Amino acid sequence: MDELLITKIQDIIKKYGKDREYLIPILKKIQKLNRYNYIPQEVSQYLAKYMQLKESEVYEVISFYAEFSETPRGENIIKVCDSTVCRVNNNTETIKLLESLLSIKMGETTQDKNFSLEYSPCFGACDISPAMRINGKTYGNLDKKSLKEIIESYRR
Amino acid sequence: MKKTISFITENFNKSSPDLVGGFQGFQRAINMEKEDIIQEIVLSGLKGRGGAKYPTGKKLMQSAEHHDKEKYIICNADEGEPGTFKDRELLLHDPYGVFEGMLIAAFAINASHGILYLREEYKYMIDDLKNALNHMRSLNLLGDRILKTELSFDISIFLGAGAYICGEETSLIESMEGKPGRPRIKPPYTLEKGLFSKPTLVNNVATFSTISAIIRNGYEEFIKYGTVESPGTKLISLCGNVNKPGAYEVPFGMTIREIIYDIGEGIRNGNSFKFAQIGGVSGPLVLPKHIDTPFSYEDLNEIGVPMGSGAIIVVDSDNDILDYLDAVQAFFKHESCGKCTPCREGNRQLLNILSRLREGKYSQEDTINIEKIAKTMKYASFCGLGQSAPAALLSAIEHCPQEIFKRRD
Repeated sequence: MDELLITKIQDIIKKYGKDREYLIPILKKIQKLNRYNYIPQEVSQYLAKYMQLKESEVYEVISFYAEFSETPRGENIIKVCDSTVCRVNNNTETIKLLESLLSIKMGETTQDKNFSLEYSPCFGACDISPAMRINGKTYGNLDKKSLKEIIESYRR
Repeated sequence: MKKTISFITENFNKSSPDLVGGFQGFQRAINMEKEDIIQEIVLSGLKGRGGAKYPTGKKLMQSAEHHDKEKYIICNADEGEPGTFKDRELLLHDPYGVFEGMLIAAFAINASHGILYLREEYKYMIDDLKNALNHMRSLNLLGDRILKTELSFDISIFLGAGAYICGEETSLIESMEGKPGRPRIKPPYTLEKGLFSKPTLVNNVATFSTISAIIRNGYEEFIKYGTVESPGTKLISLCGNVNKPGAYEVPFGMTIREIIYDIGEGIRNGNSFKFAQIGGVSGPLVLPKHIDTPFSYEDLNEIGVPMGSGAIIVVDSDNDILDYLDAVQAFFKHESCGKCTPCREGNRQLLNILSRLREGKYSQEDTINIEKIAKTMKYASFCGLGQSAPAALLSAIEHCPQEIFKRRD
């Protein structure tokens, strides 16, 4: 790990404190430091040592919560709701369109690493179903036209 | 369409602590005896609106019995039940109503810290919520000796990281302590040993909003609505194949038909009603023969349906029941925390069998195992998630086996 990254991580921990209760907010900030939305193993190992936690205590939190990833993802993360309400509002069509627009399958990342396509459980946008989130922003009432426009706006 | 009520939602889009009418409930509460505040909530008949339906007044009473110096109040905004978005509406359109409910409860039980546990998926609201809290601080509605009372109390926000199970209160607490959100064994109950082993009162967003509306208007106004056994109103999340999905405040006792056809303006494309699922995806299916059932705790109980979060997911005749059940089980497989075997393995196996059923290519063994696994989950899972995960499937097998077992080979 380079010095700059270490300083950044230390600054984040200093802001919160080394107690275990701050692990989730700290991990949120640390994941943001990475362009590809993940927490590399060397970073979580360093974090564990610095916060005086077991490596497993850090890793189990990373692997438990949907927000965290231990493997690289795209710069833009598209999460398509696959819960019941979106299913009965024909989200299979949404998924097909996204897969063809991005030329990848669900669960994959585009070659240029610009997009990852993931399933998501319900995020409370059922009144505008079918819905998806990109980097946390919700888009609903998706159809062919709106999907195309939204994806275009995130292209490099 | 004047079938909806504006009791809890009275201040939608207009609440501000310095507007006339702002924080009237809290103003009234601080001039009351603490026992009387709790008594009003008892008399209102309010039950936990997250889905556990524990009497709120009783919970406050039990919580008041703990006299620790440090005592937490947590507002559970980890609203993850599919089909549910009532808390989203309350936090977006009347955050002060939610915070006021927390303040009233804090005053009544002498709490020292308040925390709003906000689900990661609602993080887009966090700036507005923090601004609201800052505004309250500037008016001494939070902080030391609030409005010259002996109450010193502040509210912070904890942002979740994406896990449905954290809506369960002990998992939520584990998560706030920096751990994976796996449920704790009870007892001890959180009222006695919760966050950092301190007494902790956890209520749903809608419960706190309702507390503030009840104390503001008096419980007598609340119980004018509803039925004898389910007094008052509730914010429901109506969605699925209805023409007008949305969060609506309804009085208990309105029938499911009225909710779908009068409030939701019927089913899309004039299709017919196939089934509904109430309270999210953790309950049995509500079939056409149940459509005139009144929406109340007692009437839903009659047909074996828990009210849960108050979500009403409507499914029309264009949908295949197996496809729907696949979405239900896939959700639970994803959200199972992995702690106990029936839930961790059960959801996985049910999905495997469902996939064979959807192809119409299944064995005799599958038809036996599907029920065996579902029942094992129902009776042997550690927490409510696994126990209720097979509810929809079991009801479908019981009521519409012809749609489940369709051979295509």
